[in-house]
Amino acid sequence: MDYHISKKVEQMAPSGIRAFFDLVLGMKDVISLGVGEPDFVSPWHIREKAIYSLEQGFTSYTSNKGMPQLRKQIAGFLKARYGLRYDPEEEILITVGVSEGLDLAMRALLNPGDKVLIPEPVYVSYIPTVEMAGGKVTVLKTDISNGFKLTPDQIDKAAAHGAKMLVLNYPCNPTGVSYTKKELTAIAKIVKKHELILVSDEVYDELTYDFAHTPFASLKGMKDHVVYLNGFSKSYAMTGFRVGWACGPRKAIAAMTKIHQYTILCAPINGQMAAQEALKNGNPQVQAMKREYNRRRKYIIGALNDIGLSCHLPEGAFYAFPCIKAANMSSMDFASQLLQKKKVALIPGVAFGSECDDYVRISYASSYENLKEAIARIQSFMANQK
Amino acid sequence: MDEILEILSNDARVTPEEISKMTGCSVESIKKAIKKYEKNGVIVKYKTVINPDLVAEKPARVRALIEVSITPQKDVGFDYIAERIYSFPEVTSCSLVSGTYDLLLIVEGDDLHTVSNFIASKLSPMAQVRSTVTHFLLKKYKEDGLVLKKKKNGKRLNISY
Repeated sequence: MDYHISKKVEQMAPSGIRAFFDLVLGMKDVISLGVGEPDFVSPWHIREKAIYSLEQGFTSYTSNKGMPQLRKQIAGFLKARYGLRYDPEEEILITVGVSEGLDLAMRALLNPGDKVLIPEPVYVSYIPTVEMAGGKVTVLKTDISNGFKLTPDQIDKAAAHGAKMLVLNYPCNPTGVSYTKKELTAIAKIVKKHELILVSDEVYDELTYDFAHTPFASLKGMKDHVVYLNGFSKSYAMTGFRVGWACGPRKAIAAMTKIHQYTILCAPINGQMAAQEALKNGNPQVQAMKREYNRRRKYIIGALNDIGLSCHLPEGAFYAFPCIKAANMSSMDFASQLLQKKKVALIPGVAFGSECDDYVRISYASSYENLKEAIARIQSFMANQK
Repeated sequence: MDEILEILSNDARVTPEEISKMTGCSVESIKKAIKKYEKNGVIVKYKTVINPDLVAEKPARVRALIEVSITPQKDVGFDYIAERIYSFPEVTSCSLVSGTYDLLLIVEGDDLHTVSNFIASKLSPMAQVRSTVTHFLLKKYKEDGLVLKKKKNGKRLNISY
């Protein structure tokens, strides 16, 4: 039978690097710096809580919004940590990771043709989720000259032609860039000026190294503008548990919950119980992992610059985004040849935007020994290019 | 804990040059700090954790946990008798503990006979030792925070966004 696929899906840009991913997955003994998740296993007390929840027979659905106790804990955590006040009954929704939260926000808030501003380099799912929801994307390019940071002026100019939403992700996947409170405050003024909705993906908030992370919603007058997305995947090394949260104005969360209840029903109960344990007792491990990532960050950035791949010092997450101009080839060629000749995997910059072809994404969520070996191989690869 | 100590306590072979790259401090200042730690006894020793069960050439040594009740002495309390006990090379670990006994020892020997002999001829006859309870170790699962069994953790995909 000839399947007629939805036009919307057919028009979605196919992932140009799927073939490259398949190549990596089919190869053995690869040192991979291409992984977008922690190399740590979830701390044992969290895993143990998940096992216990199974033993106790917690195998059912939960409330659509998520378990009340977890929502209360998140509200308590946000208040204590950031001074953010959200009502656990009506302003917090437990999602299946931030990925779901992002999709819900787009579908709940966008009408066909609504303009959405998205900075580039961009995480791979942002543009497709906006387009699936009928929104029109305006890409705001950032590059190394402005430290891969959006400027208030850029947003102001783009929003002048009418825009409904701005999507921010900080610390950023793939650049690792984050914003200080001062920089965010300047952006907030423009958000206010144009009455924008701000969808803020802050899943890497705990991995901010050089200054304190400021949630956008905590800025003066911004709470009503922001749909704040976060989760347990990166900070607690819980990617497979699939638990995130969305906070925002009552109306937005109610609309998102409507879609969530029909499509997802609820986040997995064992993940939600593990998440409660994470919030209750997980902070020491979060801090220990952060210290370890920070050491690797300093090492890898120094090492990349030493071997001629110039790289800014990222303020957060666990990614380096070095420039590969010195190798004189496209990012896809660089990644493919490095994989085939030296068995090191990383992600070509084009995956994160058409103008990112001079860059590659390196994940330093990998052991120090692996990083050292990978750097030696990249160095020898670079030497052979000359 | 100091960052240098955190790194070294996990892997004593990391060089000052490598620590410098990880922390952003100069090699000289790292070397100086380590020297100071060695001198004032914060860093006691650099040693290797060995899983004796996997050492092929030599049978595993016998180890026993021994609970020792002692009579403290005037002026020196437990310290004097503790020193007399932990000075025996057979005693690999010695702690003063709260509860129903006073000292908890770990004693090691080549075989059962050596360890029993040490208890019978050296430890028990001491005037201040009131009683001992010996537990021979059957299997060790974890030591110094390290699980001795080689464990397979779930594997991440080699590539993901």
